[in-house]
Amino acid sequence: MVDFNRFTLANGLRVLVHEDDTTPMAVLNILYDVGARDEEQDKTGFAHLFEHLMFGGSVNIPSYDEPLQRVGGENNAFTSNDITNYYITLPATNLETAFWLESDRMLSLAFSEKSLETQRNVVCEEFKQRYLNQPYGDVWLKLRPLAYKEHPYRWATIGQDLKQIEEAKMEDVKAFFKKHYHPQNAIMVVGGNVKTEEVKALAEKWFAAIPAGEPIERNLPVEPKQTEARVETVVAEVPLNAIYMAFQMPDRADKNYQVYDLMSDILSQGQSSRLYNSLLKEQQLFSDIHAYLTGSIDQGLFIVEGKLVEGVTMEAAEAAIWKELNAIATEEVTVDELTKVKNKSESIIVFAEMSLLDKAMNLAYYELLGDANMLNREIDKYHEVTSSRILEVAKQTFVKEQSSILYYLTAQDA
Amino acid sequence: MLNRTLAPESKQVDEINFIEPLKQQLDNGIPVFTINAGKQELVRIEFIFENVNWDQNKPLQAVTVSHLINNGTAKLTAKDIAEKVDYYGAFLQTEYGADQSSVKVYTLNKHLGAVLPILQAILNESVFPQQELDIYVQNQKQSLQVSLQKNDFLARKHFAHAIFGDSSYGSNINAADYEAIQQADLLSYFKAAYKPENCTIIVAGKFEQPEFDLLNGVLGKAWNNNDKSVVNKFEFTKGTAGEILIEKPEAIQSAIRMGGLAITRKHKDFPGFQVMNCLLGGYFGSRLMANIREDKGYTYGIGSAIVSLKDAGYFFIATEVGVEVCNNTLIEIEKEIDLLKSELVSEAELNLVRNYMLGSMLGSLENAFSHADKFKNAYFSGLDYTYYDNYIETVKTISPEDLKQLANQYLNTADFTKVIVGKK
Repeated sequence: MVDFNRFTLANGLRVLVHEDDTTPMAVLNILYDVGARDEEQDKTGFAHLFEHLMFGGSVNIPSYDEPLQRVGGENNAFTSNDITNYYITLPATNLETAFWLESDRMLSLAFSEKSLETQRNVVCEEFKQRYLNQPYGDVWLKLRPLAYKEHPYRWATIGQDLKQIEEAKMEDVKAFFKKHYHPQNAIMVVGGNVKTEEVKALAEKWFAAIPAGEPIERNLPVEPKQTEARVETVVAEVPLNAIYMAFQMPDRADKNYQVYDLMSDILSQGQSSRLYNSLLKEQQLFSDIHAYLTGSIDQGLFIVEGKLVEGVTMEAAEAAIWKELNAIATEEVTVDELTKVKNKSESIIVFAEMSLLDKAMNLAYYELLGDANMLNREIDKYHEVTSSRILEVAKQTFVKEQSSILYYLTAQDA
Repeated sequence: MLNRTLAPESKQVDEINFIEPLKQQLDNGIPVFTINAGKQELVRIEFIFENVNWDQNKPLQAVTVSHLINNGTAKLTAKDIAEKVDYYGAFLQTEYGADQSSVKVYTLNKHLGAVLPILQAILNESVFPQQELDIYVQNQKQSLQVSLQKNDFLARKHFAHAIFGDSSYGSNINAADYEAIQQADLLSYFKAAYKPENCTIIVAGKFEQPEFDLLNGVLGKAWNNNDKSVVNKFEFTKGTAGEILIEKPEAIQSAIRMGGLAITRKHKDFPGFQVMNCLLGGYFGSRLMANIREDKGYTYGIGSAIVSLKDAGYFFIATEVGVEVCNNTLIEIEKEIDLLKSELVSEAELNLVRNYMLGSMLGSLENAFSHADKFKNAYFSGLDYTYYDNYIETVKTISPEDLKQLANQYLNTADFTKVIVGKK
């Protein structure tokens, strides 16, 4: 159970406070409701590049990191296809420094050319390090455009290619800031050794004067229901053949989201899971096999991916995956198996409460989904899942016509 | 009117409270250290075993035992074990480290009674079935093939081997080492290492007398294993200095890793070394990050670290950079090290690092698990909590002169091993 208080400033900034006096630390987490899905298709990778620029100094404060480190704090941020999330942890006695820094960069950035130049390079190196200079590193650059044809999830957070990042201009940066970085588009969570009244006073002091900004109407294309199987083959200098299968699934708020999550657990959570036992241990077709959800806010993907044991044919490997997917779509899971994955979900939720930062991030994310209280009701949704719902959902999902399959082949076999 | 150019008032962290563990003992003599803290009804129990009987001809003996210990006992198959653990929502992890191997379980308190007997079975009756070993060898070989295509992996591997040779810290594992693993070697290692006299238990979470009694009831009796063992002990002389270049013509980034043997946590200079390391490459605002990432944009990240193992410490700098700026990066790293050796750090920069490190220490004591981890760091280095008092005092008081002297004493780049994987 993660308790919290909630209030909204006149400019629309939503603030949540989680008091936890077992720690001497505080966390200030700001989620901006902007991600790669909000980019234009000729300016992809921008939300993430912008995240880097948020550390390049703000209108009144030339350096963001230095004053924070000076008071014993640390910070970081991440960008996903849906959101951009910034967080600070620091000794609670120095909480006001976090308000000072975060409010100034919500007010306005320094927009320095030097910072833009450097961060373009840094992001290009990040692109190379994570996506290009790694075996299988570009899988998501290939799989996304295969599985999505309309929705902007068809590109990865890092962007479609290096070129679009290299071409980012200061005017784009300014326009992006004006549109997305303002109180109405943000959710702030303050947690740790803090009091709600103190947070209220600090929020008023530092954030109340920031102009509300224009509300954003998000009008993203809906990904149409897939009716034909899609297949792509990539040949690369990798040591092992691999397969990546993506199935369309509903959005995060859908009533069946937890059913999908439990399905992925039945297939792939831990060493008692079906894919691990059947495909890796018994049939020895894969040296590595996983099923998981992308967990996106709009329509997501259910992924099955694996690396084949040398000598196993792709046909045999794929057929064996389909057999497991068909099994979950034709036979109800047993009471024990369902209890097992529910117990595991409960554990994961309780263990996540050990970390102050995780709690703060989760509160912000669930507030974005509609109500932070849903975080505390999540476990009930898992408990309510029945084996007949799993059967029904699996039947609708694991259909050839709704699959996108990427065969990633080693150059030696091609 | 609010003046946004002025930083709010702040305080240096002055009080850092460590939770020291309660020491108890099971009936069979295993020491149990408990950090009983936290609001959640959960617990982590670690069974930690010293690594023993090192044989450089069988470098994978201990790590394979660690991996396969939950893969079958006389009565339970690997799947039975996994089913039972998962059914109770518990997490069973095995970990092989440079000096110790551990079996740890995370569980909600309400399932503790059901989970402990599984641990008892694993720790006493593992049989390492040939079938499981075969699957393990096949999959590890495949996974190694993938890792060998990663430049940073290759850099780590060659660096470790250059400074630690064929000891367990540095052994240069290849596919043939996996093929050579014999079931009998696993059993003999298991019998020698996984026994009460070689075991320490560390508990963190909600754990009071009834829970202790439960633990003692299940794991406090005599265990099956009792073979002779000698705890690993290594001595190192200066490793191979100089450059190791592993060329990858198709690389678009090069991985760089450089450094050498250094001191361990037990050495009086260790906390000072940590401050010096922090300045150079130990945090986001460090000199290496400020210069090579934030000013030049050569890399996504660069850092340095000092690592303390039981029988040796080592220092390294690591990064991945665009191949066209690899040489420039090496030059800039040298420059930053020279600067530390030739010029005194300013009070402003040093104060920032002091505050950052104290805040970081405070923040690293977030919950029962992290308090237990702090205890382990000291305990397995043969130290007690005075180590942390000394650390905090050093961070608060070390002088610019001391840091310059430490840099001159310990950062001799001529003695460094320098590994570059990619192109230069």
